[in-house]
Amino acid sequence: MNAHLQPTGSAYFLTQETQQTERHTLSVLVDNEPGILARVVGLFSARGYNIESLTVSETEHGRRLSRITVVVVATPKTLVQIKLQLERLVPVHRVHDLTAEGNYVERELALIKVKGSGEHRAETLRLADAFRAHIVDATVESFVFEVTGKPDKIDSFIALMSPLGLVEVVRTGLAAIGRGPEAM
Amino acid sequence: MAEKMTGAEMVIQALADQGVEHIFGYPGGAALPIYDAMFQQDFVKHILVRHEQGATHMAEGYARSTGKPGVVLVTSGPGATNAVTGLTDALMDSIPMVCITAQVPTTLIGTDGFQECDTVGITRSCTKHNYLVKSVADLPRVLHEAFHIATSGRPGPVVVDIPKDIQFAVGEYYKPENGTLRHASYRPQVDGDVRAIEAAVDLMLKAERPIFYTGGGVINAGPEASENLRELAELTGFPVTSTLMGLGAFPASNRQWMGMLGMHGTYEANLAMHDCDVMINIGARFDDRITGRIDAFSPNSRKIHVDIDPSSINKIIRVDIPIVGDCNRVLEEMIRIWRSKTNQPRTEAIAPWWNQIEKWRAVGSLNFKNSDAVIKPQWAIQRLYEATRKQSKDVYITTEVGQHQMWAAQHFHFDKPNRWMTSGGLGTMGYGLPAAVGVQVAHPDALVIDIAGEASVQMTMQEISTAVQYRLPVKIFILNNERMGMVRQWQDLLHGSRYAHSYSESLPDFVKLAEAYGGKGIRCENPAELDAAIAEMIDYDGPVLFDVIVEKDENCLPMIPSGKPHNEIILPDTANLGSIIDEKGRQLV
Repeated sequence: MNAHLQPTGSAYFLTQETQQTERHTLSVLVDNEPGILARVVGLFSARGYNIESLTVSETEHGRRLSRITVVVVATPKTLVQIKLQLERLVPVHRVHDLTAEGNYVERELALIKVKGSGEHRAETLRLADAFRAHIVDATVESFVFEVTGKPDKIDSFIALMSPLGLVEVVRTGLAAIGRGPEAM
Repeated sequence: MAEKMTGAEMVIQALADQGVEHIFGYPGGAALPIYDAMFQQDFVKHILVRHEQGATHMAEGYARSTGKPGVVLVTSGPGATNAVTGLTDALMDSIPMVCITAQVPTTLIGTDGFQECDTVGITRSCTKHNYLVKSVADLPRVLHEAFHIATSGRPGPVVVDIPKDIQFAVGEYYKPENGTLRHASYRPQVDGDVRAIEAAVDLMLKAERPIFYTGGGVINAGPEASENLRELAELTGFPVTSTLMGLGAFPASNRQWMGMLGMHGTYEANLAMHDCDVMINIGARFDDRITGRIDAFSPNSRKIHVDIDPSSINKIIRVDIPIVGDCNRVLEEMIRIWRSKTNQPRTEAIAPWWNQIEKWRAVGSLNFKNSDAVIKPQWAIQRLYEATRKQSKDVYITTEVGQHQMWAAQHFHFDKPNRWMTSGGLGTMGYGLPAAVGVQVAHPDALVIDIAGEASVQMTMQEISTAVQYRLPVKIFILNNERMGMVRQWQDLLHGSRYAHSYSESLPDFVKLAEAYGGKGIRCENPAELDAAIAEMIDYDGPVLFDVIVEKDENCLPMIPSGKPHNEIILPDTANLGSIIDEKGRQLV
């Protein structure tokens, strides 16, 4: 697009990242105050970082603390910047790169609506059982399943439901926590 | 000891308790209770500006020249949006500022009320932190916290948005010492890791081609940091260069000073950056105006980086020894550790390096061909500098943005910190005039000069009226080339000399304009008359607009075209700028 400007060697055209991108899960402990989510999300958009998934909720009501779990895809260099930039925000207490630290569990919950009758309906129930999906709503022509697990398990379940009458899906985004007795 | 008062009174009381003597502001409907509270006291003095952008730059000038936070008070809606440029400028240049914005009453928020805007939303990305105060009970804490956050760690602007009903509400006020400054999550790291500092000193002790690359962080760390930088430079014998923001931290009259580095820095500073073996970055952030092409930036050096902001380290350039901490504390530690290991500067070991630097220095990269027919802009700044040296007064310089700014950085020399106020990061045209007003408010007896261009100065021209109102004798030294000179220079360099909208037409008569505002106007176009005209400007007791008609098409050199490595710097003897870029791999050593 701006190829004709290349020979000038403007610095604006030289920031191509050559490193491979990685997918990391960050856990961010923040004060639950008005605007905190906008601050975090604004930082990502202002600096051009990509959010894959974002989950936020108050976790300690007494101390008014919220935990944000954010999944990002970035180069190793940018991942360090994302952590440091998050830590610069005044209401941010701590940021942990769970993927870099290695030892953690992650879960996601999805609600999945499937429509069907006859053979499809039986097959749907068999697969739901295999994935330990719970039926949270049922009609004569539809089910809503609740399925919990790692994102790729949910992806597989959705893929299997697709030919069997998948209607719609809602996912919570990822929640992740470090293993062992320590808090973050 | 809590005391009952209204939110508006709390604002004034908190300013007084924070030691704020001057604020810059402009009233409006939503801010009236605060203005009313201000009217009934005389500790906090208010400077009425002509545009809220002016207030923010005045606060920046005030802050940068004193080390204290600059304080701004504006109304809701347009008052707040007009402040955005100055807030962004302060964020980029790490200037401590507290900006109090009035807001429509809480019941009207979100209804598109008259003069309503989402101030905290708009300023979220251009402040270090911001607050919308929804209860008067929070107000004292928020006000004190705002000052704490603005002035500690890496300084920056903080906005406190106060709805009108909160200004009227009565609550309990408490003073800042009441344990209010302990913030749960905000704890900037000020002490550098001693092991890292020791490793840095070990590297410095082995250096053969060392360089100190210093920045605005040294100024922000207070005058002791500048003293310690001088001491460390003397102990080591290493050469020193600085960014635009750091000028004055190291004395320009010192033999170890190499001048500013970067896009318009000296040949010796840039070549030394490129060829050094140990780079000691103190309080600078590897900005793109400094590094040029990143993959060719100082390819053979080990790098030490001292910065109070962890996110500045390894953001652009990978460094070998990162040290997170306050520049002053780290400099003190470096001095202590250096002293514990040696009592000698590395004079002999680095003698060949100094020989090389002297050869580069001899190139005379700041030279220019003078003329007796027309005033050369560089010469005008040199004459201004010489005239101010004879003054017994303290001299403070502000600038706008463009060629004149770079010439001022090259040809006006600073021996003390806090004497040089310029918009470095954001590059805000229109910064200099209001910044000079702010500096003069803080230093009423000093000689304060805005080195300006005729294009920049018109962006905030109206603040000359503020200067007249408060009898602030600022001098506006306009290098008038009837061009947006830097834009014109880039068009010569990159766009085949097609001067799209880079000339100043229909310029005002600056002499008459000054007189219309109640100041003094002077025009000079004859080099032989320049010295006398400068003397007239300095001697006049009041604001002066000095219109210096200079050479129209002078280029600001030396110059590293952006995206080029330091050793591809363009020197002043280059005749035809347009031909440079095509010659690949041009070496000028």
